[in-house]
Amino acid sequence: MSKKYLRLFVIFALLLSACAQAAQSPTPPGAKTTASTTQTAPPAYSRELKVMTHSSFAVSEDVVAAFEKANDAKVQFIDAGDTGTALNKAILSKDNPLADVFYGVDNTFLSRALREGIYEPYKSPLLADIPDQFKLDPTDNALPVDYGDVCPNYDKAYFTQHNLTPPQNLEDLAKPEYKGLLIVENPATSSPGLAFLLATIGHFGQDKYLDYWKSLVANDVQVVNDWNVAYYTDFTVHGGTRPIAISYGSSPPAEVVFSKTPLSEPPTGVMTADESCFRQIEFVGILKGTPNKDLAEKWVDFMLSPTFQDDMPLQMFVFPVNKNAKLPEVFSKFLVIPKQTAQVSPQEITANREKWLQAWTQTVLH
Amino acid sequence: MAASLDANRPALKEIFMDGVQNQKKTKEEGRAQRNAPFFSSLIQDKRLRILALWVAPLVFLALFYFYPMGSILQASFARGRAGPAATFIDALTSPTERGILWFTIWQAALSTALTLLLGLPGAYLLARYEFRGKSLIQALTGIPFVMPTLVVAVAFNSLLGPRGWANVALMDIFHLPQPPIQFANTLVAILVAHVFYNTTIVLRMVGDFWSHIDPRLSQAAQVLGANRLQTIRHVTLPLLIPAISAATLLVFIFDFTSFGVILILGGPRFSTLEVEIYYQTISLFNLPLAAALSVIQLVCTLALTTVYTRLTANLSRPLSLRPRSFTQRRLSKGRSRVLATTFLVLLLGFMITPLLALAARSVTNVTPQGDQQGLFSNLTLDYYRELNVNPRESLFYVPPQTAIGISLAYASATVVFALALGLPASWALANGLSQDNESGNGSAKSGLLWLNRIFDPVLMLPLGTSAVTLGLGFIVALGKPPLDLRASPVLVPLAHTLVAFPFVVRSLTPALRSIRPRLRQAASVMGATPRQVLRYIDLPMVGRALLVAATFAFTISLGEFGATALIARPEFPTVPIAIYRLISRPGPLNYGQALALSTILMVVTASGMLAIERFRIADVGEF
Repeated sequence: MSKKYLRLFVIFALLLSACAQAAQSPTPPGAKTTASTTQTAPPAYSRELKVMTHSSFAVSEDVVAAFEKANDAKVQFIDAGDTGTALNKAILSKDNPLADVFYGVDNTFLSRALREGIYEPYKSPLLADIPDQFKLDPTDNALPVDYGDVCPNYDKAYFTQHNLTPPQNLEDLAKPEYKGLLIVENPATSSPGLAFLLATIGHFGQDKYLDYWKSLVANDVQVVNDWNVAYYTDFTVHGGTRPIAISYGSSPPAEVVFSKTPLSEPPTGVMTADESCFRQIEFVGILKGTPNKDLAEKWVDFMLSPTFQDDMPLQMFVFPVNKNAKLPEVFSKFLVIPKQTAQVSPQEITANREKWLQAWTQTVLH
Repeated sequence: MAASLDANRPALKEIFMDGVQNQKKTKEEGRAQRNAPFFSSLIQDKRLRILALWVAPLVFLALFYFYPMGSILQASFARGRAGPAATFIDALTSPTERGILWFTIWQAALSTALTLLLGLPGAYLLARYEFRGKSLIQALTGIPFVMPTLVVAVAFNSLLGPRGWANVALMDIFHLPQPPIQFANTLVAILVAHVFYNTTIVLRMVGDFWSHIDPRLSQAAQVLGANRLQTIRHVTLPLLIPAISAATLLVFIFDFTSFGVILILGGPRFSTLEVEIYYQTISLFNLPLAAALSVIQLVCTLALTTVYTRLTANLSRPLSLRPRSFTQRRLSKGRSRVLATTFLVLLLGFMITPLLALAARSVTNVTPQGDQQGLFSNLTLDYYRELNVNPRESLFYVPPQTAIGISLAYASATVVFALALGLPASWALANGLSQDNESGNGSAKSGLLWLNRIFDPVLMLPLGTSAVTLGLGFIVALGKPPLDLRASPVLVPLAHTLVAFPFVVRSLTPALRSIRPRLRQAASVMGATPRQVLRYIDLPMVGRALLVAATFAFTISLGEFGATALIARPEFPTVPIAIYRLISRPGPLNYGQALALSTILMVVTASGMLAIERFRIADVGEF
């Protein structure tokens, strides 16, 4: 009997020690294997800056380290969930902000963020290097950081095998030769899904876009809730049955970067002609009431500077707005940037989001 | 110790009468002792003690559940132009929301029924028979519980998707032009996924309880002339009801608040309250409506749990629990053996095949337009190797062993928290009841039952709560010292504990209630202090249930995604979060790594459960 209790005691002790370890994090077990400069020799900084981001945020270690060293401040990142969740958190914690800076609101949420007054305006000197098409907030509360286009992607091999020309524009997708080939995401639950709905609204106009969707339904469009499902389950490139999927303009270069064997060209193509794409622009802003305004301004400048802007494409697969930033080779080779994207203003999006989503649901899902 | 107190084993018939009429007997005994002043002072004392047991669980719930929930609901309703009442009326009269509520209820009921249909026979086999590989089966059937929905969707898709093995095989055999099975985006997918995820709850909770019920009770009934059906109806089921209803309640609440399964496998045409709350909160920012829907979801959970508490309050019977070696036999030859084997093969096929498909894909080259031939020449370990590489030197990259370490650390903390809170709570729940059974003392009865009737359903509330609502509640409420936890890693195991805690209580209470009060009384009479009673009677007898509870807490924490994604720090990703990061990017290498990491998660989970199982076997051997 004593043996049994000894065992129980051992389990309990193990659990406790594991618990103590967890409580001791910031240095989780095994952290040393990450060979991170900040962890091998943790420099003592005199200040701390909290930066709240959406969960797709990524950055190189040395880029952040450079900022920390230059400003004698530790940057603490807070992952606040997907873009919509992160914005909700920022709004609900307005009186007691979660962080000093918030990066990640895009143009589909911009007007909600501005209306709630979560930011403090900051006229960064680096705005001079950013083309006007990205500056959607004239009050400079939210400053553009990056952009990416949501476009129909197609499987090149499928169209070669079937002797079919890939579709060129939105109108093509409703044609009989492309019947049953398109997979889209639900705009109510997916950010690329919403972007594609906005592309159709921008291109066909508010009074015609539902007719277009009716013709897509007649052409057997399939809808799923999530980009992952569309891209990895239904898209022919990854073993599905649909050779056209709504994804990002950056997906073809990503296919090259994340290929096991070196590829001379991406297996997928992007449809960019005649306003087939919607451009998502992401913004950074200083959260109102921060006690670290000076440091926050430095961070915003940093995000707009070429050091950070050059790093973004391979970390987040979004593209720099600063005209002095350079694209890595894989993008200059394989990225197709649409000449003209469909336009819907942030104000229109916020004012009509619910109405458009309901109308779309009625038309496509019922 | 327990065995020696109960050493004189009575004859068959007596055991049978004993089990069925136990309640009556103990009541009579209690009545005889009612007027003894010593005993009534003990009751007073006991009531205080039970109140004291409630302190820690209630403080925890108040701080980390009621306070955040209250804050977010208040903040949400404050944003509405109309008052909360009008919002509720809107929500309840809108045909869309009513449709969603109705669908949420019936899909959960149907899923639960199917889960029981598969789980109960499985629980019987695992409880009553001894065969090789049983603990492996137990561990394997527990794996689905921790798998992220996105990965499970991949697994089902590689079996049943348009290019899945099943469809490809059928198309080959019958020369069909189109895949015959349409799985994704159907109600069937939702039901199958729910059964896949939750069968383990029934297997563990019912199976474990069943395995310690004295089989001689049923044998005695049959000796006395009852047929098989009568035995099941009048003996087996009544004895099992506490465990079955606890498992049913948990499964139902899980299905009722289903999110990922509905979103990913059900597709855009299905929506549960949980999905709708997410949509209203995140996409439309209609916080008042989201809050009203959250409250409706909570009221449903509360109503259900209250009904459960009422129904089961008088159902549990003190039993002589028996060690497994005593209750289990080998599968005899012939028909029963064939039946059992067939059933187990079906159960395992259903639970394991998708997981195997997933593991197989993680070691297969995913080439664009991959040809189906040469399956074995396509084998690769590249995705596993790649997991250890951080080619772009991302700040938030963690190698797999670190993610596992983080997950295990959170899981261990969850086990400790959940047991530390769940044990006193279930103790209070069980003792309030057996106290009443023994004494029949009017005032004590009403006092303790009153407490339990209120607290019991309340404990289950976190399970029925929308993760989005609670996650935002943490942000609103926990931002000021001394509770400034919004960016603290401690928040993760605390959130996991909220989910694990009801499981711990539901696993422990039936076992605690089934302890014969007479054993405790006998020990007291023989001079044991309450602490000694606890140590030598209760602990050995609930040791197994304790391990079931620990297993649940462990696996819940390992697999939790929704709440973790809302509060985790980017530099400490758990394994499910790391999987999600990988699968959120285009490119075969990311996809392959996500599958590889999922496979690692399966292995870690199964090993963890097998380790716990070992302790269990050793433990019961002594009892």
